Amino acid sequence: MNALIIDDSKAMRTILRGILVNLGFNVLEAADGREAIEQMELSTDIALALVDWNMPVMNGFEFISEVRSSNVYDGTKLMMVTTEAEMDSVIAALEAGADEYLMKPFTTEAVLEKLEILGISSVE
Amino acid sequence: MSVKQPIAADEFQYVSTLVRERSAIVLEVGKEYLVESRLTALARTLEYDSLSSLIRELRTKKCPQLVNHVIEAMTTNETLFFRDRHPFEALQEDIIPDLIKKRADSKKLTFWCAASSSGQEPYSVCIMLREHFPQLLNWDIQFICSDISELMLKRTREGIYSQLEINRGMPARLMVKYFLKEGATWQAKPELREMITTRQLNLAGQWATIPPCDIVFIRNVLIYFDTTVKREILGKIRRILKPGGTMLLGGSETTIHIDDEYERVRAAGSWVYRVAS
Ligand SMILES: C[S@@+](CC[C@H](N)C(=O)[O-])C[C@H]1O[C@@H](n2cnc3c(N)ncnc32)[C@H](O)[C@@H]1O
Repeated sequence: MNALIIDDSKAMRTILRGILVNLGFNVLEAADGREAIEQMELSTDIALALVDWNMPVMNGFEFISEVRSSNVYDGTKLMMVTTEAEMDSVIAALEAGADEYLMKPFTTEAVLEKLEILGISSVE
Repeated sequence: MSVKQPIAADEFQYVSTLVRERSAIVLEVGKEYLVESRLTALARTLEYDSLSSLIRELRTKKCPQLVNHVIEAMTTNETLFFRDRHPFEALQEDIIPDLIKKRADSKKLTFWCAASSSGQEPYSVCIMLREHFPQLLNWDIQFICSDISELMLKRTREGIYSQLEINRGMPARLMVKYFLKEGATWQAKPELREMITTRQLNLAGQWATIPPCDIVFIRNVLIYFDTTVKREILGKIRRILKPGGTMLLGGSETTIHIDDEYERVRAAGSWVYRVAS
């Protein structure tokens, strides 16, 4: 199963990749929302996207809003992973269609526990 | 003081005996590293110049406050919201609907969370109740949260969680609904905090103030005790469970071969315990 990590920090992408690879995901990466949309169009079977908020070109909030503007990607779980930690940001992301929200900094356990909320523990 | 000193064998012996007497927590040989690291941190906080001088004072003066600090330091308070998920599904799908039927006349329910640590477990239960059983809002619900640690009980009453804590197991949708952001922390709303009461209770001591219960949560605490203490505690819980009541244990805990008067029942992917009739 494919997962997409969208973050402009390569270091952050590497950390998250390690966690998702351990769960058995095939991991794709994008450095901004626009690149991520292109990746989504190429490989339709993305089960999970981890989405940073603040990125150049297209930010994570815009990405989520665009992805959720049609029902093409209803099967894709979207989790914000961001330093934005205000109540209003969390509410805005959920209203735009994020399925979960994880605040940076996080521990590996916290990522796994959030994924469990989304019904993802490991993939075959 | 900055470097961690190894603990001497007699010091370890003294601390482990004290901790066992006061809390039933077993610190076997091999756990020296744990005592060392926890008590070194405590010595630093309390401004002793070494781990040895803290232990010396403990031995000579036996000051109750210092003893409490040591017991608190030796408890493991690790917890998270909706820990293991399945028990909460069992409550939602099975245990609570069943109790609502059984207690329809009295409209009274009593819950006890017997090692509530910093409160994530009882608040998870409260959130689940509010989300799925609005009809219980006008029932008389008593939810007692206890722990040996006063510090943990204070945290439970306050319901204030760091970002790292709220990140763990709390669905974002429920976080924004049931918590308020205060600076860098998240506090459970009054409607949740009002649902619980706290009291200090040593599971290995007297339980004078615990009433008959419909549900007892005693999760991830029996693991720290020896079989005799576990058996004693399980026996006492059996006697305070109301007919039709349920006990929930942690994922690695069981009554099997310890107290066989419990019936182990499967509920929504998790094992729960009832008194065999
Ligand atoms: C690992 S936490 C479990 C928290 C929660 N029940 C859970 O499952 O996430 C264990 C708790 O047991 C408490 N504890 C340890 N010994 C105890 C005793 N003798 N009586 C009451 N509580 C005790 C500790 O203070 C700690 O908060």
